[in-house]
Formats: sequence, structure tokens, C-alpha cells
Amino acid sequence: MRTKLAQVGRRLLQAVPSVIGIIVISFALTRALPGDPAVYFAGAMADEKSIAEVRVALGLDRSWIEQFFIYVGNLFSGNLGVSLNTGRPVLTELMTRLPASLELTFTGLGIAILIAVPLGVLAAVRPGSWIDHMCRVLVTAGVSLPTFFTGLFLIYLFYYLLGLAPSPLGRLDILFFPPEHVTGFYTLDSLIAGDGETFVAALKQIVLPALTLGLFALAPIARMTRAAMLNALASDFVRTARANGLSSATVLGTYAFRNAALPVLTTLGMVFSFLLGANVLVEKVFSWPGIGSFAIEALIASDYAAVQGFVLSMALLFVLVNLAIDTLLTLIDPRIGLDG
Amino acid sequence: MRRRDFLKTAGIAAGASVLPFLRYLPAHAASREGTLVVVTGDGINSLDLHRKGTNRPSYQVTVNIYDRLVRFGVKTLPDGSLSYDSTKIEPEVAESWSISEDGMSLTFKISPKAKFWDGTQITAEDVKWSFDRAVSLGGFPGVQMKAGSMSDPSQFVAVDAMTFRIDLPHASKLALPDLAVPVPFIINSKVAKEHATEADPWATEYLHQTPAGSGPFKLTRWDPGQQFLYERNDAWELGPKPALERVIVREVPSAATRRALLEKGDADFYMDVPPKDAKELMEGGKLKVSGAPIDNCLHVLGLNVNFAPFDNKLVRQAIAYAVPYAEILQASAYGRGKPMFGGAEAEPSTAEWPQPFPYATDLEKAKSLLTEAGFPDGFETTLSYNLGLADWQEPTALLIQEALGKIGISVTLDKIPGANWRTAALVEKRLPMHLENFGGWLNYPDYYFFWAYQDGHLFNSSNYRNDEIEALVVETLHMDVADPKYDDNVKRMIAIAFDEVPRIPLYQPYLDAAMQPSVDGYVAWFHRQLGLLGISKVQA
Repeated sequence: MRTKLAQVGRRLLQAVPSVIGIIVISFALTRALPGDPAVYFAGAMADEKSIAEVRVALGLDRSWIEQFFIYVGNLFSGNLGVSLNTGRPVLTELMTRLPASLELTFTGLGIAILIAVPLGVLAAVRPGSWIDHMCRVLVTAGVSLPTFFTGLFLIYLFYYLLGLAPSPLGRLDILFFPPEHVTGFYTLDSLIAGDGETFVAALKQIVLPALTLGLFALAPIARMTRAAMLNALASDFVRTARANGLSSATVLGTYAFRNAALPVLTTLGMVFSFLLGANVLVEKVFSWPGIGSFAIEALIASDYAAVQGFVLSMALLFVLVNLAIDTLLTLIDPRIGLDG
Repeated sequence: MRRRDFLKTAGIAAGASVLPFLRYLPAHAASREGTLVVVTGDGINSLDLHRKGTNRPSYQVTVNIYDRLVRFGVKTLPDGSLSYDSTKIEPEVAESWSISEDGMSLTFKISPKAKFWDGTQITAEDVKWSFDRAVSLGGFPGVQMKAGSMSDPSQFVAVDAMTFRIDLPHASKLALPDLAVPVPFIINSKVAKEHATEADPWATEYLHQTPAGSGPFKLTRWDPGQQFLYERNDAWELGPKPALERVIVREVPSAATRRALLEKGDADFYMDVPPKDAKELMEGGKLKVSGAPIDNCLHVLGLNVNFAPFDNKLVRQAIAYAVPYAEILQASAYGRGKPMFGGAEAEPSTAEWPQPFPYATDLEKAKSLLTEAGFPDGFETTLSYNLGLADWQEPTALLIQEALGKIGISVTLDKIPGANWRTAALVEKRLPMHLENFGGWLNYPDYYFFWAYQDGHLFNSSNYRNDEIEALVVETLHMDVADPKYDDNVKRMIAIAFDEVPRIPLYQPYLDAAMQPSVDGYVAWFHRQLGLLGISKVQA
């Protein structure tokens, strides 16, 4: 266990240079964006003088180096700056929007795992059967249907035609007040607060967008599960287990699946990362107040502080996710380890 | 954590009055009388228009929660739609006003009925503080005030508690209407000053999230990026009492979702509907679409005279004859535009603006003009458009590209992201051929010419310069419309614009809003925002 702790510690340390790199790169890249925020925020009718006033007010009249050190200094005191676009501190924005995106992503990923893993396993156990074909159809559909299309289609079907889903208006109907902030996940927070009504309302809102994301995430997970299971089932240790007369449940569950889980877990890490990106379109369609739409708007407006804050928080999140996956892999599989 | 405090107080205020019975009406609050559910594509980013970086959608808040000295009246259009009336100025905070003999000072009597939300009387001091703020903070508000010849705090005088005077450097017809635009709104200066600091003397941080006004509505809740909530100010007496008790404005970024919400009946009102949806909803017959041509606004094809061969008038005229106006009106405006082509007169007989230009699609004529200009085989150029306005600019650009191809001009399309558009088109003015959509808030032709035809001015993206126009605009801009020379001057400007065509008007766009049949009283405003004042909602 000690070596494992040391490994985790070393992984953490490895993240430090990447974070420093990210700070520098995100700063430089936002400055390299075309478009002039001073001109943008001065408004359509502004003249040269008022643009210059805005430039000074935003601190953009200083040199890049000076701006960079001011930025880093602020970072250390936990100040990410103020988003010009929304007029609120970037930290506040991220704190309210990141949980929204994470809640959606986790739910979507959960749905995807619940469907994709059993599907992949079954397809691998009975290759060529109808379930294998169904798996193939779902995978192809999931990959080829753009998320905004799936989203609009689901809205059309379940909201517009059938009237089963609530109006696609974000995380909660306006008539409900958000539950007390604990985790930032409305479903969890409302449960913690013991407010069943709000929980149901929040759950209803999240079903369709999560399903949209889930359908999208399903494909790589199902494919990976199927391939990994096929691999495991064809391996020597499964043959040995079967030859020794172990029940097929034990063979599948303990031997084959436990081994197949490793590549699936790695895939999950990747899927999670790109789901956070794919969120943007789903957020747009369902008016979800997440981090994706915030970032897009910030980019359009050359809102430096907001873009930097977004890139930084995303990078930290990726580092965390990778770290978590690596740790999980080490815990599951004794073969994985830096010391071999 | 100012925001949290704000939300807390706002939340309590809203909660106390809204929650008890709204809880029993989930999802179908839209069907409730007196509550209007509005869906909009663009979110607001501030409650203070004077603040730097406040976006256009936020003007809506200022329009509804603050009062101004005066406001524009409302008129009924021939098709039954309502529109603001740029010629009628009505009292608001000022119960009456007088203009001095020489036109250089305006004196306003403040109405004793004008009360802030906290119950205190609006005084001349408040007005002065608010106006000083508008001209001192810089940026867009300063520019707009300047259009009314107001740029220096010393021009604003609080004569006594109930009398306010504006001194102008010269008489101008633009001064009074400029007081009815959203910018010179009146703030409760006592409240604001309490929150002003050394570094922030105009309390921009405070007013950004905590309005202090007197208007017919109060903003009781704002969840940035999601929604905001208006509630009626029952004590407001500066006009007919608003019929709506409560207005919920939800941000819905996807236009398809907005339309679905409206058609499904979960939303009552959809502002700024894209022309395609407006047309289809209108034909669907279940919903009401109300719109009016936007005053003093034109969608134009700009030809930059700094780039050859657009410096040649004949080339510009040739292009004006090649543009497929009717197709553009159908394909990109879906008929929701007023034609600006095929005018009968080469010399305008009225000073009406905008009016149709004397060009129509005529490829033969275009070709012969091009030959005459020395380009019988055409030339190559680029047509730039703004991706932020792709819904009308993209189809328009494609149609123009195709049509110009027929007379030998080969056009490459150049898409410019919204954030860069202004710099490229208006500041650096470096786009040879481009689409542009300026509209003036103050509805005077000379005001349009001032911004769009005068050399060096922002919306003159064509780099056009004509000495006669320069002189005419300077002479006419502040001239009273009753002046005998006014009509002639304007007609002369229009005649030059007809002949020289640095800007080829495509059509005058509509501002469309779609709503449930139960919603009545929507007015199309020059500021293109939703004014809640006259709107009512009655269940049939």
C-alpha cells in the first residue's frame, strides 16, 4: 500500500508542471485570439475616445508581461477576475456552472454505462446474435447522430408531441427555487434538503439532456466493452477456468469481466473528457446553464478572464479525472504500477 | 459575495409574493392571467445600462424598471400592429417642459407623482446625478447623449427641487427625443450615493446588480444565464397602470426550442423571432405575430470606395442593377421586410426616409454600365459578412454572389466572426464589399446620413466622402423639421445617395415578436427591446 501511496503522490506531482504550462498557454492563447475586447465592450456606437477609456478600465493598455504577472498574482489569491460578459466574478460563474455541467455529464455517463456495459458484455458472449446486431446499430447511431439533433428529436417527441417531458428550460422550472447549495447538484442537494418535490422536478429536467448525452457516449463504451470482453473470453485463463469446470457466471464475472474492465475504465476517462466538451451543444438545445455555453459566449466576446478561468478549470478537472482513473486502475489491477 | 446577498434579498422578496400560489401551478404558469412568460435568445449581463460592457439585451431591463423625463407615444399601424411614434413625445417624470426662445435651454417640471420605489420623491438632484453619470462614465451612453448635444455635466442644472434645466450649446431637434431613449434613465441618487466609493463614485458595482429606480416594474430576481423576474410596481402613477403583475423572462439559446415552447403554450411571448419562424408561425394561424419595419434601419450592401473598382460610380450602379432584390426579400427575409428597390423617381419628391432607391434587378443594364466603366469582362472581389448575423446575411451573400457572377464579377465569400466584425467593417473599414445593418435610434434621415454617409463616421463602412453631403449634414442635423430648408436639404442628400450608391439598400427589416393570442398591446420599439408597459394578457 505504501508504494501505491507513493505512486499516487508522484502522479500528483507530475500534474504540477502541466498546470503551470496550462496557465501560461491559456494566457498567451487568449491574447492571441482575434478581436479586441475593448472595442467589443465599448459597444456598437462608441468612438475612439470611449474605446480608449474602456481599454484603460480593463487594464488592456498595459504590456502583456505586466498583465500576466497581475493575472498570476490574482490567481494565487484565488481571484480569477471578473467576466466582462456576465459582469460577475469568474470564480462565481464557474462555481455555479461547473456543477450544472458535471451533474449532466455524470448522469449522461451513468446512463451510458448502464446500457453500454451489459450490452457490450452480452454482445461479446453471443457474437453474431440479435443482441450483437442491436449493439452494432446502437453504436453506429450513437456515433453518427449529432447530439443537437438527438436533443431536438427527443424534445420534439417527448415534449412537443407526447407532452411527457417538462419544457426544456434548464435545470429547474422557474417556479422552484434551487435547493440549498451543498454539492451544486440539484438532484443530490434536494435529497439532502429532504425536498422530494424539487428532487422530482430536477430529475424530470435532467432526463432528456442526460439521455441525449448518454446516447452519444454509449458508442465508444459499448464497443470497448465488447472488444475487451471478446479478448478476455478468448484468453488462456478463461479457457483454464472453463476447463476447471467453474460456473459460467464466475468465469464471466470474476475472470473475464474483471480483466475487461481495465480498458473500459480507461475509455471511460476519455469519454468523460470529451463529454464535457460535447456538452456545449446539448446545453444550448436544453437551455442548460452549464460551463460549455459560458465558454462559447466568452470566446465570442474575447472575454479573457472568463476564457482563462474556463481553460484552467477544465485542465484541472482533466488532471483530476486522469488521476482518479489511474488510482482506480492501480487499485483494481495489481499488475499496473510504475515500479512494475 | 455581494451577489449572494443580492440573490438572498431578491429571493426573499420574490419568494414572499410569488411562491405560495405559484407552487400549485407548475409548468403552466403560462396559462395564468397577469403572468407573462417570455423566452429570449440572449441573456442580460447587467442591470445598469451605463456600466461598461453591458450588452444590448440588458437595455430591456433599463427600459422597464426605470423612468425617463419623457417617453415616445404609441401609434397603430395600418395592419393593426402597434409601433412607437417618433413624432409624439409624452410626459413621464417631467409633467411638463418648455423650450427657450432660442432653443438652447430646456426646462422640465418634475411631476409630484414621480416617486422612487422607496417612496421618496424624484427630485431635480436625482435627474442631474443620473444625467451626469450618463455623460461621465464614457462608452456608449456618452456617445448617445452626445447625439442630443449633451456631453458635459455643467449642462445639467437643478434649478430647484422640482425644476430641471438642460443647457445646449446650440438648438437641436435631437435633444428632446434623445431624452426618451433608454440611456438617460433616472436613478435614485440618494440610494446610489450611499453605495458609491472613492474608486467607484458612480456606484457602478452596486447598480450593476441592485437597481434603484422608479419604473412601472421592479426586477425581483436575476439568475444570470437562466432567467429574471419582473414584478409590477403598484405605486407607479406616471401612466396607465400596467396590466401585467409578473413577467418571467427565460433565456433559451436554441431558436428551435424557443419556438417549440411557444407553440406548446408554455411560453407567452417570443421576442425577436427570426424571419423564417415569423412567417411560418403567422401562416400556422395559432399564434399572433406582430411586427413593424424598424424605423431608420436598412439592410445594405456596402461598396467600399477605397477599393478599386468600387471608387467608380458606374461600377456601383452596375451592382445596384444586378442585385436580386426580390429573391433576397423572399429567401433571407422571408418577406418580413419592406422593399427598398424599384423606386420610380431618380430625384426624390419627398423627404421620407427610408424610401425605395431607383434601382431594380436589370442584368442588361448592369452589364452595359459595367462595360461603360471599362470592365466588360467583370473583375474579382470578396463579399464579407458577419457570422453573428448569418441567418439573413448568409443567404443574401449567396444570392448576390450568384447574381454578380452573371455579369462577370466573380465573388469570393468571406465569413467574419461576430466578435471581429465591428473592428473589420466599422473601425478599420477594410472590407471591399460587405453587408451592413445600421439603424438609427433617433428617427431622422439626417441622423442616418450623419452616421452612415459622413466621412470617418462609424457606420460609414464604405469610406464614402462627398463634400456636399458633409455640408448638408452639418447644416441639417440640428435643424428643426419645420424649417423651410429642412425638406430640401434631406431630399438633396437622398438624391446624392440614389445616384452615388456607396450603400445599396436591400430592404428595411421587420422586428417581429410572436405571442399567444391572449397577449395584447405589444409595441415595436426603436430600441428593439420588449417594453412591458402596454402589454396585457387576458384568457379568451
